[in-house]
Amino acid sequence: MSDATVEMKGAAGKPIRGKLSRDDIIMRGSMLVIGLYLLITMVFPLYAMLSKSFSTYMFDLSAYEVQVSDEGGATFSEPVTFADLNSTLNVVTEGDLNAGSDGRLGVTQFFPDFSFRSPVNYRIRNTSDTGRFLVGSTLNDTTNWVELDSNTFRRVQLRPVESRGLDNFRAYFGTPALSNSIKNSVMIATISTLITVFLAFWFAYALNRSCMRFKGFFRLVAMAPILVPSLLPGIALVYLFGNQGMLKELLFGASIYGPIGIIIGSVFFTFPHAFLIISTALSISDARLYEASVVLRGSPWRTFWTVTIPGARYGLVSAAFVVFNLVITDFGLPKVIGGQFNVLAVDIYKQVIGQQNFEMGAVVSVVLILPAIVAFTIDRFVQSKQVALLSARSVPYAPSPNTKLDWTLFGFSSLIAVFIVGILGVCQFAALVKFWPYDLSFSLNNYQFDRMDGGGWGSYYNSIKLALLTAVIGTAVIFFGAYLVEKSNGFRTGRTIFQMFAMLPMAIPGMVLGLSYIFFFNNPSNPFYFIYGTMAILVVSTVTHFYTVSHLTATTALQQMDREFESVSASLKQPTLKLFSRVTVPVSMPAILDISIYLFVNAMTTVSAVVFLYSPKTSLASIAVLNMDDAGDIAPAAAMGMMIFYTNTAARIFHLIASRGILQRTQAWRSR
Amino acid sequence: MNVTTNVDSSYLKIENLWKYFGKFLALEDVSLEIAEGELVCFLGPSGCGKTTLLRAIAGLDLQSNGSILQGGKDVSSLPPSERDFGIVFQSYALFPNLSIEKNVAYGLENTGRSKSEISERVAELLALVGLPDQGKKYPAQLSGGQQQRIALARAIATSPGLLLLDEPLSALDAKVRVHLRHEIKDLQRKLGVTTVMVTHDQEEALAMADRIVVMNHGVIEQVGSPTEIYREPSSLFVADFIGEMNQIPAVAGNSGEVRIGETVMKSLDHKFSDGEKIIAAIRPNDIIPHGDGARSPGAEDTIETDSNAIEVIVDEMEFLGAFWRCRLQHAMFGERELIADFSINAVRRLELNEGSKMLIELPKGRLMAFTPSEAAA
Ligand SMILES: Nc1ncnc2c1ncn2[C@@H]1O[C@H](COP(=O)(O)OP(=O)(O)O)[C@@H](O)[C@H]1O
Ligand SMILES: [Mg+2]
Repeated sequence: MSDATVEMKGAAGKPIRGKLSRDDIIMRGSMLVIGLYLLITMVFPLYAMLSKSFSTYMFDLSAYEVQVSDEGGATFSEPVTFADLNSTLNVVTEGDLNAGSDGRLGVTQFFPDFSFRSPVNYRIRNTSDTGRFLVGSTLNDTTNWVELDSNTFRRVQLRPVESRGLDNFRAYFGTPALSNSIKNSVMIATISTLITVFLAFWFAYALNRSCMRFKGFFRLVAMAPILVPSLLPGIALVYLFGNQGMLKELLFGASIYGPIGIIIGSVFFTFPHAFLIISTALSISDARLYEASVVLRGSPWRTFWTVTIPGARYGLVSAAFVVFNLVITDFGLPKVIGGQFNVLAVDIYKQVIGQQNFEMGAVVSVVLILPAIVAFTIDRFVQSKQVALLSARSVPYAPSPNTKLDWTLFGFSSLIAVFIVGILGVCQFAALVKFWPYDLSFSLNNYQFDRMDGGGWGSYYNSIKLALLTAVIGTAVIFFGAYLVEKSNGFRTGRTIFQMFAMLPMAIPGMVLGLSYIFFFNNPSNPFYFIYGTMAILVVSTVTHFYTVSHLTATTALQQMDREFESVSASLKQPTLKLFSRVTVPVSMPAILDISIYLFVNAMTTVSAVVFLYSPKTSLASIAVLNMDDAGDIAPAAAMGMMIFYTNTAARIFHLIASRGILQRTQAWRSR
Repeated sequence: MNVTTNVDSSYLKIENLWKYFGKFLALEDVSLEIAEGELVCFLGPSGCGKTTLLRAIAGLDLQSNGSILQGGKDVSSLPPSERDFGIVFQSYALFPNLSIEKNVAYGLENTGRSKSEISERVAELLALVGLPDQGKKYPAQLSGGQQQRIALARAIATSPGLLLLDEPLSALDAKVRVHLRHEIKDLQRKLGVTTVMVTHDQEEALAMADRIVVMNHGVIEQVGSPTEIYREPSSLFVADFIGEMNQIPAVAGNSGEVRIGETVMKSLDHKFSDGEKIIAAIRPNDIIPHGDGARSPGAEDTIETDSNAIEVIVDEMEFLGAFWRCRLQHAMFGERELIADFSINAVRRLELNEGSKMLIELPKGRLMAFTPSEAAA
């Protein structure tokens, strides 16, 4: 048989290229728009920040030449560079040459005899095209000589030249005051994680595996910390253990300002997150395994180690990483109670707001992003395992009464409840007491926010506005985006990229996102410069910050819907958007409500991303708590924190009623 | 039952269709014509590409190469919304939050029909599928079979030229399935709509189809009427997939002869040359049982072809309700046993028992020769 007769297994003719329907075009167009949104609100800013962290600014004294005239003002000396002058005078040290992007260096210091009244004239020029100097506010970037009299010459300022490299990182790791924060942050996060996961496990165990009483109440209490900003427990701790604290003696002289305070506060605000994850893991364990263990006469202790813990291991690992991530990226709490104890998130704030050193802020951000991304990646991996476990066919476990165990767990759960309610109670107490610790009578004085710095009641209304806008716009954008990814035809690459963009925000700490927005949006040459300093940028940053969890919620809901709805709709020649509004949205309403309440609550409590982005006109309640606390108005700060708590509680109740209502109305078609 | 296809009047014409999923070849050079008003079943094991072919016809997943003509129009690259078909899925895909009426009316909206026209048509359709009073209910309140009928009503509401059904009965209970089979067939006849139905259930295909397209590994193995497919399978795969088949390793003789062991038997004509290794095949219910007297001349119970008659031992008998399944031993089959289905009458008449000796005949008109395949165990 000759080769020619061997037929290749392949298609003849040219491949088919599908004609796009109107729906396809609309769907792809919309996906492009939302993809672009994520690009502009996340990828570009992060890139701007990354590049900022690698840029250094330095004065190059050899890049300029000057000539000095005699008293007559007409005869000039030979040209010399500032570097030449400095080598004899040594007025500027090596370190002085490092600058920020806005650095300016006066030049008269190189002329000891300088007097602005003298008739001496000066000439100055750049020796290369890259050189820049200012005369007053006029920029000179040519190599032409400029002649100036003494009075004008004193207004000459050199500008630094930008270069790219690892210098910022070298400086960072060369400064122990800065790089120590890595150790501090990791330590705080690790200890908090161990404690929180331990407590949350037993709490979840009590709720899922025992017959103790008041489970509903305990569940409610466990979720309460989600409703307040992470810095609120800090304020409560100050009242309890601060310099004038009610229980100060319990610390035996140790200070609450520092690691102890941060850890206790972190346990408080991360508890609900860990509890939810572990509780889910425990609730899906298979009863058959327990029966098997009982049949094999395993002791309860043995059963616990061979059945319970392995069943919950993914939940435990996942919870640990989530808590670690939350603690290491949190800003509000260490800001309030960290004292002299430096952590990464606060360092970013100090570098940017305190020292205006944006490059160093960017470096710390890059350092902070690394552990966050590692934790995030491992968490995603573990979560995917958990899902596989969930879909396995198993029989739910029903605990049987055990008086001793039930009461022990009840005692434990009560202690946790006392801790959580206690922290909130102390804040409420602080908010109502006239003047701790001298006048303990109650009043509403602390709620008169207009009398304090921090933006007054305006901040509170701004927060409500932000939360509502975030909930409405965010839910619409995120749900529609998830729909497009899940349900559009073809366009694989586009969908994969979009999905990746949607997962990214979870790995980006709020502080980092906020700072990157400064770099990207606060730039007159950016066409979106106009949103800087407005409510819009706060909404955009908050939606982006909380994008991932909402996206996952939407995706899960959409995946539960029949894959063929779109096919049926197309075969009936009906527009996909009609299907979206008439079927997809109504059927997904519970998930949509969950997303909106999630966005609302988080927009009310978030501090980290917006702390760099608010303007006096758009100050927020959570920022006001921070600023009032900073200014020493701790009681009003607690009062504002409680305002956030009331609001979120009300929103939650509203959400509950709305969900119930919808479920009732749709019961007919949901029931089987 | 056997509809002859006039090439010129074919309603759906598929030419050299290829489909790749990445590197994986799901359809290989598929060509097929379907006449107007025909009910065609795509039949084959799971994963053979039936759904892929159906979705290509619908435009839901475009083929990589090849063309599809529907009603004389080239629809190869058109999106589903610009083609003319109704579709029903295994999962029903009814919109859960819309009432039955609204589901059926879904495709009638925005088509220039008035409200009253729509509700009239919906009532007519619901009556047609035998659920006239259920319009106000929601899908979840109906049984699976009822839901599938609603899905059918929704798919034919706009009177499409082509009806596509992807395993419409697979999710239903066996009883409902058999019942609905007939209803769908009746409905299809009444409407005269060209229909393609995907199934992996050979019984369903045999019962419903005008023609069956047997597929395997992305290629069409055979196209033909149910009787053709059953009586004259073109390959061992088809023979084995549809109905049951005894497979006996053998060697080809001249055309019309096969050699099993040392015995030369008459068979259907075949294309193999003398000495080639083949599989001789016969269906269990084609084996003829003979009494002891059959060899004696003049007996009523005559043997048609002497060379095809052999004496076997009945090793096992199993009563399957309508017939007896017998496992027969003979040296020429070696370790394997021949499976034969005998009527209850024959068993009684011949007084067959486990261990009996008996005479059987492999009728030459039913004995086939096939190329051995790797898949054949
Ligand atoms: N979207 C897809 N991507 C990759 N492979 C696919 C896809 N859809 C189907 N396949 C593969 O193509 C083959 C044929 O699938 P299908 O047409 O669904 O088979 P069936 O005959 O059971 O309906 C299977 O092996 C399946 O795994
Ligand atoms: Mg299929």
